[in-house]
This record gives sequence, structure tokens and C-alpha cells, in this order.
Amino acid sequence: MQLWFSEMQTPNVKFSIRVDRQLYSGKSEFQRIDVFESPEFGRFLTLDGYMMLTEKDEFIYHEMITHVPMAVHPNVKRVLVIGAGDGGVIRELVRYPEIEQIDLVEIDELVVEVCKKYLPKTACRLDDERVSIYYEDGLRFIRSCEDKYDLIIVDSTDPFGPGEGLFTKEFYGNCYKALHEDGIMINQHESPFYEEDAAACQKAHKQIVQSFPISRIYQAHIPTYPSGHWLFGFASKKYHPLKDLQEARWNLRALHCKYYTTTLHKGAFYLPSYVEELLKDVE
Amino acid sequence: MKSQERAPIYEALQEFRKMRVVPFDVPGHKRGRGNPELAMLLGDRCVNMDVNSMKPLDNLCHPVSVIREAEELAAEAFGAAHAFLMVGGTTSAVQSMILTVAKRGEKIILPRNVHRSVMGAMVLCGAVPVYVNPDSDVELGIPLGMSVASVKKAIQDNPDAKAILVNNPTYYGICSDLRAIVQLAHQNGMYCIADEAHGTHFYFGDGLPVSAMEAGADMAAVSMHKSGGSLTQSSMLLIGPNIQEGYVRQIINLTQTTSASYLLLSSLDISRRNLALRGKETFAEVIRLAEYARREINLIGGYYAYSKEICNGDSVYDFDVTKLSVNTLNIGLAGIEVYDLLRDEYGIQIEFGDLGNILAYISIGDRPMDIERLVSALSEVRRRFGKTKTNLFTQEYIEPDVCVSPQEAFYAEKESLPIDATEGRICSEFVMCYPPGIPILAPGERITKKILEYIAYAKAKGCSMTGTEDAAIERLNVLKGE
Repeated sequence: MQLWFSEMQTPNVKFSIRVDRQLYSGKSEFQRIDVFESPEFGRFLTLDGYMMLTEKDEFIYHEMITHVPMAVHPNVKRVLVIGAGDGGVIRELVRYPEIEQIDLVEIDELVVEVCKKYLPKTACRLDDERVSIYYEDGLRFIRSCEDKYDLIIVDSTDPFGPGEGLFTKEFYGNCYKALHEDGIMINQHESPFYEEDAAACQKAHKQIVQSFPISRIYQAHIPTYPSGHWLFGFASKKYHPLKDLQEARWNLRALHCKYYTTTLHKGAFYLPSYVEELLKDVE
Repeated sequence: MKSQERAPIYEALQEFRKMRVVPFDVPGHKRGRGNPELAMLLGDRCVNMDVNSMKPLDNLCHPVSVIREAEELAAEAFGAAHAFLMVGGTTSAVQSMILTVAKRGEKIILPRNVHRSVMGAMVLCGAVPVYVNPDSDVELGIPLGMSVASVKKAIQDNPDAKAILVNNPTYYGICSDLRAIVQLAHQNGMYCIADEAHGTHFYFGDGLPVSAMEAGADMAAVSMHKSGGSLTQSSMLLIGPNIQEGYVRQIINLTQTTSASYLLLSSLDISRRNLALRGKETFAEVIRLAEYARREINLIGGYYAYSKEICNGDSVYDFDVTKLSVNTLNIGLAGIEVYDLLRDEYGIQIEFGDLGNILAYISIGDRPMDIERLVSALSEVRRRFGKTKTNLFTQEYIEPDVCVSPQEAFYAEKESLPIDATEGRICSEFVMCYPPGIPILAPGERITKKILEYIAYAKAKGCSMTGTEDAAIERLNVLKGE
């Protein structure tokens, strides 16, 4: 017997993972949720059939979306995380003792429940006392926030489906408003490779550039995402991701990471030529 | 037996497809084969249904079978004596309504904030308008409904008038006391006709204003393609028991196409079925979304999304809560400016913006996440572009001075003058501010200083001005030799 999970990464490209068994399948008000067990990638979560994370490579995504801003901002106390019902971002954030408050806004309560049950490797720290979970639309939550957070991490799904609103100018503008005067926003920024993803990536960048004084892009290599080449956005009111990198300070923390290092931090902002051009076109 | 679960035109089209009839008739694209690019764009199903009137599919000009049945089902669903399926938009439904009740030289009592189609109908048939000054809300800068007293006065001054036309509701969702006006009309031997371009849902939802047919009106033009969900350009004309069906059919056939589109007809048929079977739940959901959006918008501050609290028992007898009308003056921006910002900055297209208000159209097809986007974008517009409230000129009612009938003025000898030189002359064309398409000047009306100032201001604010021969509205046509 051969059981395979396949995702159409483009209409002409199919990515498949061999599956041992399906652990969960259900439908919430917002989306279909599935968890599989696979020999190569361990357990993995998909939403509406799109790959969200695998146990084997999720560390890359979660370390890069969290430690990059944490190594720049000197004093993060209040953090807002939007999306991220799988708990991976939270797991990384709670490693920092100076963080006092983490608000997690996830639209779909069922995602959190399912992850707690089937993906304990990422959802393990959702019960940390600093974490408050709000089950509502991120766009709605942030509308009433003003000058409230040091860091906002937008761990969204793709720019279609329930995550659509998190790729809009009104959302980025509201994030700007919700941040302190030295705040930073990090967002999942799609891939520059396939045409449709690249267009979404470019559009998001354009909107962020118009909303924040500093807006830079960095990259990571995530095998199970379309093309494997993935981007993150670093938008900031004050700190520059490289000039304000506090390398020695971060390294003194002695946090062990599997992917992130402060050296990689610097390298991650140096982008391939075609990506630079793609972004420059809208700056 | 009539069952609202049936959709006779749609069913006939399905049957017809199975028959695989060889077409040696129009349309010439022959099920799309003759125009592959079009077939690609619209899809095979769609071009396959674009067929001509024929025996199994009936004929809209003289319906005897499936169209007739569809009309009867629609009449039953809307509580009308008869319903006419219309394929020339609600404009053609409104025109047929006017042409039915008034002839050359006869008077119609109507509020100034009528749609342009009403004025157009008067140019066509030669009827003479008697305007009732709609009340206006000075704070919001919007025209309201007609007060019962003002209708009464118009009747006393014009006992020979043939009909009273009522907007049910206005573009902004405001309703006059339709039952009382119907009663007044009938007591004085006049017809009461309703422009229900924005009121299809009144017939199906709970907690909404009274519909024209329920209020006892004689005719109503209903834009099925707005809140009813049918295709653009499809519409419905309803009549009560006092109107001759055969005569209305003759009037409709004066101007309506003899090649009615079956795409439009079947969309009317299917939409009527949906409304009859599921309208109640659908509009409960639409109301819920609109109420939620209103609450959230009012929390932003500055904006005022108004609702039933503006009801005053008379010129705002009732309010259509599905309409999301928002006053923008307190954020220091004109409605049209907010309208443009939403589109250009946030990729959100709303229905219209006038000088002090915007209207977002909430319907069957909306998703909660899109409502969140709209509210958030409004919040951002205020944060990024808001100003302190300045003296924004609001849209005020300018009483028209009707000197000659619209038809006479439209066809009279005329001359073109620079707009600044037209003060005191009689205008021979329309000047509209669009949307919402309410005339500032209509043929036969005197041009005053106040009107010229208003035109200049609305132009400067970016409203799209239409109706004139000179597209830039730098010149106006006026009657010759006064």
C-alpha cells in the first residue's frame, strides 16, 4: 500500500509526502484541518490541503520568525502574535525571560485544540502563564490597539482563505498603530519563486513599504514550502535589522538554536538578485 | 399547482439543452461555436443558454408558457397581481411605470431625489413633474423621504395630478410613510407608484420596511439585480389589482427589446426561487452583517453609521437596516474622498460617496472577513488622512424652479453657453452628480446662482458630473431667446 499526501504548489507542480497514517481530519467554521504521520517528515499539519508545518523542518520557520527581531530590539516586553495556532512561535518566544506578555490571536480555536493534541512538539508552551489566547479575527483584534506592543509577529496562512485580511494595507497600517514608537513587525512573506507567490510577495512588500519607515526582507530555506525558498518581512519604526543587531548581547544568552545564528542573521538579509529586483520594483 | 420550488424558465432551458436542436436561428454565435474567445471567457454553459425566443422557451413580448408561469410565480412571491420580468434594467421598469400612469401634459407628484430614469420617462411621455421638497437632514447632509403633510399639500395644489411616486427606500435606505401616502393617493383618485430599486429584500426579510405591494401601491419597479441576486440589467415590474396587465405589457413592448436575453430571464427565475425559499434567512444574515459593521464603524470614532435612530415618524418613517450608510464629515473628509481612498489605497470598492456620506452595499454575497477589511480600512483612512472638521459644504436641497415641461425643454431650440453665463436661463438638459444620480438640474428648470455654485463645488470635490452634452460641464445648453 502506498499512501501519499500531495499539494499542488502551482497548477503544474506537485509536492508529495508519503504518509503512514492520518491522525486527524476535521472541518472548522473556517477551514479543513488535517494531521498526518509520515516516515520522512514526522507529523505534519495541513489547512485546506496546504502544508503548514512538519515536525522535521518547522524549527527553521519558527526560529527565523522569532529570533531575528529578538536579537535586534533591546527590550521586548509585550508581544502580539497573529495566527500561529500551532504554538511554534510561542515556544520560541517564551525562551526570553524579559517578555512579560504574549497575546496570541488565532481565528480558529479548533487549530489550537488539534495542535495541542497531535503536535505537542510545537504546541508545548501554549500554557505558559504569560500567554493569553484570543480566538478572533486578527484584523478585528488589532483595530482597537494603539501604542501597545514592542513586537508583532504575523504568522499567517496564505493570502487567500481565512488569512486574506492579514495581507492588506489596512492590516499593516493597524499594526503600525498598535506598535510602540520603536516597535517591530515581522511577517510571513511568501515565496519569490513561483509566479503567483511572487506576485503576493511583491504586493505585500509594497503595502508594508508604504506603512513603515524601515522595511527589509530576509530569507530562509524551508524544504516543505513551495520552492523551498521562503521570505520574511522585517518592518520597523526605529531599529534597522542589521545596524541595530545586538550580536554579542544575543549570544550571551546562550540560547541554543538549530537554525538561527547571529551570523546567519546577517546573511539572511542578502537576497538573490532577482528577488532584490522584484522588491525594488515596488519600493 | 404553483410551487415556489419551481423555476420554469430555468427548467425549460435545461430541457432545451437536452434536445440538441440544430440552430438555424439567431444568435449567430450558435452556442458559442462562432465566437470561441467569448465562449472561453463566459464558459460553455453560459453561451449555450444564450438562445432566441422560440416555442419551448416562450417569448417575453407575449408570454404564454414558461415565461408566463415564471411571471405568475414571481407575482405570488412578491404579493402582486402580476409581475413582469424586465431585461432593460430597473430604468426600463421605472419608465414603463411612468408611461402607464401619465400621458402628455399630465402631472406626477414626486420627490426631487428621484432616479434619472424617472426624469427620462417624463421627457419621453411629456408628463409634468410636481416636486415635493424632500426633508433633509442638515447634520448628515442627505435628502430624506417626503413628509405626509407635504404630499397632502401637493395634492391640494394639484388635484388633477395622476400619480404619486415614492422612493421605497432612497439610495440611503430611508422610507417615507408609504401606507399613508398610498391612502392619500387613492382617496384623491391618484395612483401610487414606487421606485423600489433598492428594496427587493423588503418582500422577503423580517424586520424591514413595508414593501410597496403590501402597502397597497399600484405599481413598483424592483431591482432584482441589486439585493435580489440576479444578473445586472435584470429587473421586475410589479402591479396591483387596479392596473390593467395588458396595457402595461403594451407599454413595456414600446421600448423593450424583442430579443430578451435568456441569461437575464433565467437569473430572474432562479433568484425569485431563492428569495421565496430562503430569502428570510438570507436577509437575516445580511442584517446581522450590516449591524455588526455599523457597530464596529461607530467604535472607530468620527464616523457615523446611522440606523433606525434617525427615524422621526414622518419623513424618515422607516430605515432599511441592510444599508450601510456612513457619514464622514466629522473626520474632515468628504464622502467622495473616503470613497476614492478606499479604492485607491485599500482596493475596496464601495457603492457610492457623496459630499458627506458613503454607502457600502452589504448583500447575500458578503463574507465576515471582508467586513473586517472594510472597517479596518475606514479606521486607517481616519488615522492617516483624517482632518479636523472644517466647513465642508454639504449636499443641500435646492428647490427646482420648473418653467416648462421636461419634454418641451428637451426638444426646444437651444443654445450652448459657458456655464458662468447661464444664470437666470432655462436649462434644456440634465446635470447629475453621479452617484447617486439625483438631478441638480433637469430640462425645463431655471439655472440659479446657488445651483452654479453647487456644480462648481461638486466638480472640485471630484464627484462625477454627467448628463450634459459637454462632458466637461464647462458649457450648458439653455433654451434659446428668452
